[in-house]
Amino acid sequence: MVHWSAEEKQLISSVWAKVSVEECGAEALARLLIVYPWTQRFFSDFGNLSSPTAIIGNPKVRAHGKKVLTSFGEAIKNLDNLKGTYSKLSELHCDKLHVDPENFRLLGDILVIVLAAHFTKDFTPACQATWQKLVGLVAHALARKYH
Amino acid sequence: MLTAEDKKLIQQMWGKLGGAEEEIGAEALTRMFCSYPPTKTYFPHFDLSPGSDQVRCHGKKVVAALSTAIKNIDNLSQALSELSNLHAYNLRVDPPRFSLQFLSQCLQVALATRLGKDYSPEVHSAVDKFMSAVASVLAEKYR
Repeated sequence: MVHWSAEEKQLISSVWAKVSVEECGAEALARLLIVYPWTQRFFSDFGNLSSPTAIIGNPKVRAHGKKVLTSFGEAIKNLDNLKGTYSKLSELHCDKLHVDPENFRLLGDILVIVLAAHFTKDFTPACQATWQKLVGLVAHALARKYH
Repeated sequence: MLTAEDKKLIQQMWGKLGGAEEEIGAEALTRMFCSYPPTKTYFPHFDLSPGSDQVRCHGKKVVAALSTAIKNIDNLSQALSELSNLHAYNLRVDPPRFSLQFLSQCLQVALATRLGKDYSPEVHSAVDKFMSAVASVLAEKYR
């Protein structure tokens, strides 16, 4: 059972309240595809991914980024039950999408960097630590149903 | 592999820091100890409290090494040879793959908080590749 202190919950909700799920999601996914180009293997039907500019402007990347981050929002509403929240998605990523769980960790770290660039000095070490914990737990929950 | 464009972006980015490099080193370490407590096991002899002189000093050293690496980006193996020996034979930090991954993440967060939008996806990609290359060199002599 994961324990979240009052301070951690506050750091999560105060950051999340100021995040544009659409912008942030699009940016995080685009950066995943740019910084770790092999992740493009999961998105072969997304059209033009030939350059950073193409990726950033790609409407399917934007749409999917928004989907991914919206799901993150669900996790934040259910911090005490991440496993339950991600149970179906975990099965999906394993059985249908065949995504190596290492990619969840990569996306999580990228999300933290996107938040850092957005919030600049307000993204304090304590804030980062809380979010690294959250993305780590989300990655873990997503990997849980793999077999 | 670091392309010519990557190298240019890294050198430009480093140039934009305007003297803040040393602070960034200390901040990256502080963030690393905060987000990844097991990394503290390599510094039992340090005062790790906020604002610690030792952390500041060590942060300066780390950044100086990275600066040297950036100035010699075409020959990282040679530029970091001494450090590679140190990490392999004396410090024996767990294979840099792990700790450097945490330091890399925290350094990038420190850079992103300072550069904001200027920490573009292209710069992010170049820095990530650079830190991977540094980690590889530091791991060369492990076994």
